[in-house]
Parts: sequence; C-alpha cells; structure tokens
Amino acid sequence: MVHREAFVAGLYFILMIVLALGAFIITRSSAARLAGTATIHSRPTYHGLLAAMQVFLPMLAILFFGSLLATRFVEQQSLAAMDPALLADELHRGAAYRDIRRFAAGGAVANATDGLKAGAATFAYLNTLTQWAIAGIGLSAGLAGLLFGLRTVTAEFRARNRFERIVAALLLACAGLAVLTTVGIVFSVLFETVHFFQKVSPVDFLFGTHWSPQQAIRADQGGASGSFGIAPLVVGTLLISTIAILVAGPIGLFAAIYMAEYASPKFRAWAKPILEILAGIPTVVLGFFAALTVAPVIREVGTALGLNVASESALAAGLVMGIMIVPFVSSLSDDVITAVPQSLRDGSLGMGATHSETIRRVVLPAALPGIVSAFMLAISRAVGETMIVVMAAGLAANLSFNPLDAVTTFTVQIKTILVGDQEFDSAKTLAAFALGFVLFFFTLTLNVIALAIVRKYREQYD
Amino acid sequence: MTDAVLTFAQTGPRKVDFFSEEAMARVQKRYRAEARFKAYGLGAVVLAGIFVVILLADIVSKGLPAFFEHRIALTVTLDAAKIDPEGKRDIEVLRAADYQRLIYDGLREEFPGVSDRRDRRKLEGLVSTGSGNDLRTLVLRNPSIIGQKTTLPVLLSDDADLYLKGIGTRVERAVGKGTLDIKQQGKTVELVGSAGAFAAPLADVKARLKRLASATEFELQGLSAAQATANAALEARREDLTARVKDFRQRSGDPASAETLDPATMPSELVEIAGGLVRLTEIAPGRAAGVVLLPLAADATRSDSWHRTTYTTPESNRRITDIEIAWLESLRGRKLTEKGFAWRFFTNGDSREPELAGIRGALIGSALTLAVTLLFCLPIGVGAAVYLEEFAPKNRLTDILEVNINNLAAVPSIVFGLLGLAMFLNFFGLPRSAPLVGGLVLALLVLPTIIIASRAALKAVPPSIKEAALGVGASHQQAIFHHVLPLAMPGIMTGTIIGMAHALGETAPLLMIGMVAFIVDIPQAISDPATVLPVQIYLWSDLPEVAFQAKTAAAIMVLLAFLFVMNGAAILLRRRFEQRW
Repeated sequence: MVHREAFVAGLYFILMIVLALGAFIITRSSAARLAGTATIHSRPTYHGLLAAMQVFLPMLAILFFGSLLATRFVEQQSLAAMDPALLADELHRGAAYRDIRRFAAGGAVANATDGLKAGAATFAYLNTLTQWAIAGIGLSAGLAGLLFGLRTVTAEFRARNRFERIVAALLLACAGLAVLTTVGIVFSVLFETVHFFQKVSPVDFLFGTHWSPQQAIRADQGGASGSFGIAPLVVGTLLISTIAILVAGPIGLFAAIYMAEYASPKFRAWAKPILEILAGIPTVVLGFFAALTVAPVIREVGTALGLNVASESALAAGLVMGIMIVPFVSSLSDDVITAVPQSLRDGSLGMGATHSETIRRVVLPAALPGIVSAFMLAISRAVGETMIVVMAAGLAANLSFNPLDAVTTFTVQIKTILVGDQEFDSAKTLAAFALGFVLFFFTLTLNVIALAIVRKYREQYD
Repeated sequence: MTDAVLTFAQTGPRKVDFFSEEAMARVQKRYRAEARFKAYGLGAVVLAGIFVVILLADIVSKGLPAFFEHRIALTVTLDAAKIDPEGKRDIEVLRAADYQRLIYDGLREEFPGVSDRRDRRKLEGLVSTGSGNDLRTLVLRNPSIIGQKTTLPVLLSDDADLYLKGIGTRVERAVGKGTLDIKQQGKTVELVGSAGAFAAPLADVKARLKRLASATEFELQGLSAAQATANAALEARREDLTARVKDFRQRSGDPASAETLDPATMPSELVEIAGGLVRLTEIAPGRAAGVVLLPLAADATRSDSWHRTTYTTPESNRRITDIEIAWLESLRGRKLTEKGFAWRFFTNGDSREPELAGIRGALIGSALTLAVTLLFCLPIGVGAAVYLEEFAPKNRLTDILEVNINNLAAVPSIVFGLLGLAMFLNFFGLPRSAPLVGGLVLALLVLPTIIIASRAALKAVPPSIKEAALGVGASHQQAIFHHVLPLAMPGIMTGTIIGMAHALGETAPLLMIGMVAFIVDIPQAISDPATVLPVQIYLWSDLPEVAFQAKTAAAIMVLLAFLFVMNGAAILLRRRFEQRW
C-alpha cells in the first residue's frame, strides 16, 4: 500500500523532471531556430528556462495541494460510512481512520464492523482514484505549460524578464519560508496549548507543585486527570542549567580571555579546533558519556564521602551540559572581546596597568553587554538541550534544589510524553505541547534580548 | 579618584618611592596576580582540551572491543536426513531447515559428557542464536556439501564473547604440588593429598574471609545504633550483620579449619586433574571435595600433575557461570576459538541480540534522511541568502525576516520536533518514522545555519565583481547567478557541510516524529520506517545488556568518524578555495 503510493509519487516526480527538461530542450531549440531568422529579444536559453518553469511549477503545486486536499477528502468520505456515534470526537475519528487504513492495507483489525469494511473499501477506491486524478491533472497541466511555452516563442517576447520575475518570486518565497517556519512553530504549539488550557486551568499549570501527567486510559476510571503543575520541572530545569552555567561560565570566559588576549597565533591554531570539536560533538554522545561515565563516578565519590547520590543526579547532567556550552560562551565572548577597540587597551597599558588589570578593569567592562548576551544564549541552549538530560537526568518530578537528587526538565517530559504511542487530544499529549510552548517562549525571549544587546553594542563601536 | 584629588589638594604632589620595600612588594604582588590570571585562562583552555581527550578516550576504550567478535571453529555434520529429508534439494525446503539445531548438535559433540538438560541449555547458549543463519547461507550457496562434515566459524553469544574479551573474570592458574588421590562418585569427587596440598587455596579463602569481615564491619558502622533500634527491619539487618562479622572472624582466625565455598562471596576454586576440571566446594589443608565440571578420565585414581585454577570474581557476581567458563577455556585450549573483525556490525540491521546487532539500517536511514535534508535546505537556504543579501529592499519587513532567521537558529531542536509532529504528521498526514519527515524537520532546523553561512559567503565577494558584470550589460540576476554566486560557492559549500554535520548528529526532533522504533529491516525508500545513527545510539544506550554498551560506544565512534570527515572536508574546502580579495 505504502509502496504503491511511494511508487506513484516517484513516477510523478520523474515525469515532472523529464517534462521540464523536455520543455527546456524543445523550446530552446525552437527559439534558436527563430534566432537564425530574426533578431529576438531574449536568448533561446531563457525561452527554454521559462518553459521548464511553466511545466515544473504547476505540476509541483498540483501535487502538493492536490495531495493535501485528497487526504482530507478521502478521510471524510471513508469515515462517512461508519456509525456516527463512534466518531464523537477527534480522538475516535483518528483511531477509526487508522483502523480503516490498516484494514484496507490488508492488515488485521480486531472485530471489524461492516461500517469499517465499507469504509475500507471506500478508502481503497478513493485513494487510488484521487492519486490517479492528481497524476492526470498534473500531467495535463505540465503539457499545457509546455504548449504555452512553445507558442510564446516569438521575437518580441520578453522571456528573460518573465523568467527573472519568477526567480525573484521564488527567492522571496525561500526567505519567507523562515518566517513560515516560525509561524508554523508558534501555531503548532499554540493551537494545542489552547486546547490544553481548555482542559487544565493555566493557574494549576503555572503554579501547581505536582507533576504527574499519567492518566487513566478511559475517562470513567478513577483518577482520570493527572496533575500538571510545572513547578518541579521549572526547578529541575533551572537547577541543571545553573550547574551548567556555573561550569561553563568561568571556563568559557577564561578560555575566551586567554584566546583573545594572551594566546600566540600558534596556540590559537591548536586550541580553536579543540573548542570546535567540543561544539561539534552530538549531544547524544555527551548524554552517553554523562550517563555511563560521569554519573557513576559522581555516585562513587559521593558515596565515599557519605552522601546519598541518586543514580541519575542533576549534577552529572549539569556538569556535562556545562562542558557542552563552553564553546558557546567562549566563541561568543571571544568575538566581543576582540571587538573592543585597541585604543582602550593602549590607554590602560600606557597608564602602567598590567595586562590582567587592563582586561579586568577596561576590556571586560567594555565587553560586558556582549558577554552577558553570550551567557544568555548559553543558558537558552542549556534550557532547550534534550539528549543529555534525557539520558542522564531522571524522570522523577522532584521539587528539589539538591544537585545530588534526580530531577526532571521540560525537554525530558516532552520527550517522554510524545515518544511512543500517543492519543491526540488527551490532556497528557497536549501538556507536552504546552511545555513546548513555555520552552519556546522562554528561549525566544532570552534570544531576542541577547541578540538585541549584541546588535546595539556592535553599533556602539562600529 | 576623588580620594586622589583630595590628597593632591591637601599635600601637593605626592612623592612615591618606586624602589621602597613596600612599592617593590606591591609590584611583585601585581605581577603575581598577572601570572595567576594568565594561568587561569590557560587552565580553562587546557581543561576543555582535557575533557575532549577524556571523552574520546572513554568512548574509544569502550567501543573498540565491539569491532571484534569471537567465533569458534565448529565441525558440523550436515545430515541430509535433517536438512533435506526428501532429497530433492528444493530451495524452500533447504531454507526452512533447522540449522541452529545442527550447530547445537555439533557443539554437543565437542562436549560429549554434557547430559543434564540444564547444562545442555547452557552449552547451547554459548553460541549466538543467529549462527544458524550463517550455516544456512553456507548451505544455500553450496548445497553439494549436504551429507558431509564441514567446519565453519560459529559466532559466540554476547556473554561468551565478553568473557573471551576479558570482561567477566580473571583466571589464575598455578601448578599444584604433590600427588592427589582421586575418589570419583558420580558427579562429586574427593581429592586427597599430603597435608599441605591445599594450603594455598585455603589461605586465600581465609584471607578473603578476613577482608569480608572488615567490609561487613564497615557496613555495620554505617548503620547507626540509634536509627536501627527505631526500625525493626534495620534492627534485624543489624543483628544479621553482627552475626556474620562474628562468623567471618572466627573462621578466618583458625588457619587449619576446613571451609565450604559460597559462590555468592567466594571466588571459584577449581582443580584441573586427569584431563578434567573439578570445582571445589570444600577445602581442608590436605583434602578437598568438589563437583565435576569437565569429566575426568574414568579410571583415574591418582595423579601427580594437577593445576589449581581460580576464577577471581565470585560466580554470582558475573553473567557467566563456572561451567561456561570451563567450556570456553577448554575450547580456547584446543585452539578452536578465533577473534575476527566484526563485519556484521556494518552489514546487519538492528537486533535484540547484541552480537548480531549492526548499524547498517541506521546508516542507510541517516543517508536517506540527510539526502532529503540536503535536497530541501540547500536550494532554499541559498535562495533565501541570495534574496536577503542581493535583492531585499532595506525596509522593516526585511528587518523582521533577518531577526527571525537569527532567532530561529537558537530555537531548541526539540521544538522543531514538535513542529514536525503537529505539521507534517498530524496536519499533512505524512508517514511516521520516515526519513522523508525526518529530513524535512532537519532541513528546517539547519536552514538558518545555511542561510547565515551563505550570506557571509555572498557578502565576502567584492562588489566590484557585480559592478563589472552590470557594467557590461548583464541583468541584476545574471550578474549574481553568473558571477557572484559561483565565487561564493566554496563558502556556501563549507556552511552546508557544517550544517549537514549538525543534522547528522541531531537526535531530539527525530524522537518526536517516531524515528525511535525498533526497526530490523534496512530501509529502502524515504517513506519506509527507519532510524538514524544518533537515535540508534540512544536506543542502544538504554538497553541493559553489557554488550550493547560496547556497541553503543562503537556506533558513536562511527558517528564521530563521519562528523570528523565532514568537518575536515569543510576545513579543507575553506583552505583550498576560499579567496581573500
């Protein structure tokens, strides 16, 4: 089933490319022939490119929007055959549609009703139909584009201008995609968050001190609603981030100072790549290291000192996360320290201050806004980091400030809730999106402030 | 400052003797502070370097063993009646035969003495459950060997493999002194020798008892008396510990008393004698009793050539039992074990059996995902960069676009996972766990990186190039696409490779869109369910088997190797093609 769909899609893609190439070659040679007899406005290549675009773009648009519409249409039609009582809400509809698709694909579905079978038959029929319909419409559009391209090959036709206008629009669309991504993020988390707040009050969410999103599967069972107070998560996230910044702050800042002020070019050539390696290590690797090497060491040391250390302590995750964000702090701080005008240093040195006095009293205060923003960006990294905490910090939502306890974070909870089977529309799943919203909002605020500081500060010395 | 001014006003020019003791001391102090400050800086850089070295050394030391596997050269009888009872050599019949059973039979021929069912299970457990597949491949490739005996390398199970790699226990072996009388009674054996024959093992046992006594005493001290009296369970534990300390002290105090060996606390003491192996259960200075692990010569009653063997880790503290070690050592003694490069780590998909699990599926999944990512983010990223750098009007909208892209680069990756889940899976209805969706999510994730790098590359091309093109009559787009963009290409490629390396190591957003399933099949297309290398690492790191730890580290080594190659290529590209204008 899936394979046939993929096959049709693949065929469509190949046809799209072949048609576009064909349009390019045919139209170009046609224009070239014309160029032999008359002076034409645009070079033959532009006629060809324009024709190829006229084939390619409509076909792509038809595939995209056609599939989108077709999926909705097929879902609606195949569910129409089923008992409406079973389709009371989005949750049931989704489940029923999944069953229909599985049944249509030849899979086994426990106690399949007649409605389901009818739905599956409709699904199989309509799915094939819409696919071929899309393919047919797309092909005719492509051919129409080709014919249109051929017909417009005339001496006066401004093919280059037309083509460049299309390219300019495409470029704008590319840049717009970045905005679209942000809008997409905001909508996808905001939408579900609003849903979530219809089920759980925002006050409970923001100020509750108990987090246990586990819920009974059916609404009529006891203890149906979990508790969704994010205080333990906020504390856990802040605890780990604080440990991380306590590690990364001094190391990163001193490393940046040394690299910018003291290091010989030779030393820099050695040390820079080391920090770049550190920045390039995937977080899943650091998580493995934290969970299997650092955490046991901390536990052993703690036990030897007579302390009670949880096997998934915040300290292990925080330490390794601190190491992870050292390159962020150091490279950004390095940049701002280097950007401090030499005249300030010369003035201080000329007054007889030592190098370190110059750095501490003159360079660092001048670079302070930039350093602050470097720290903020690093904190935002630490708060949003997932793999290290997933692997090395626990799931237990303890409201604890003790770095030797197991704590949990926003990202760990989002991952735990959303990995594996989930039902949409349950408060638990929606809670993950609400957490994502808080996370996004928090890091975004930090970033916006940090970047604004950097921007303003750059202008100051430019 | 105010102080200084006041002083000046009151006393006139201040006279400072730069060569006074105090002044010299102050200068020295400042110089020391300078040196200290510099040392802090150097220390920070060195610390970061040390961490990188420790991390890499730790990963390599953990992962290196997983690139090798142990096999035994086993002679298997390919009984035609068992493989192909009808003798038609029908390929389906040949494929369906139980080759695993043939391997088990071959293994039992190596150890004819094993008759107990539990022991047989253990013996069969030494080889991998996937070893039958190797034999099947061998037979299917060359059916003419049916009916013959063939010797083939058979993959060992993960525990046996770990033992042969030296993880499990240390084995010590020493020549035994004197002559021993052997009294065999079924599975038990009594060994009697001169008075000092077993003095050495007995002394070791006593020494161990002494250490146990101190360790237990230490534990007892940890349980404070006040706490214990309040709690009945703790009180019981306290009494138990006290009794054990007393027992250990008493037993270790008398050097000549006989000892029974407890597999929970004591190393295994064994005696190799008369071609067999005996595990001791009781030791006295001159005699010992034990159970037979490997059968002794049936008629042996006396032997003067024997060895004392010790498995230093107590049996209940390791995953492999004494008898399994005995078998493996016996196979090793017969030169039947061999160590080879574990090619199947690169040719197999995922598996629940550590010795069979490989990264091929994850590698292909990563390749498909990255292909989708590249296909989407390179044209779009370059397009956006060209627009912003060359065509965008300087207005508020462009400003918003720019701020937006910068902020997008700092959005947590897991949020992109949420976007993928809500948009691509739930809204567009794309398939779960597919490289298509993973690639799209990663494309959005690395898009800002590529846009920023491409803009920097475009900015670095001097405007004179564009102006010259415009001057000879090129359109704005021609000037950029024919002249500026080709010159910026090395920079763009460098940025793209770094972005791809970032995408290759990314895990969290892929967890959100379901690429974490246990997938054995190698993905064939971008809509097949698949997993990627970092997710595979995450999945393996969660498994309890010790052997998977090594596999995880090995997979990390492969991932890091790819990343180093990619980053190295980026640096090379930058060095070779980047022009300074």
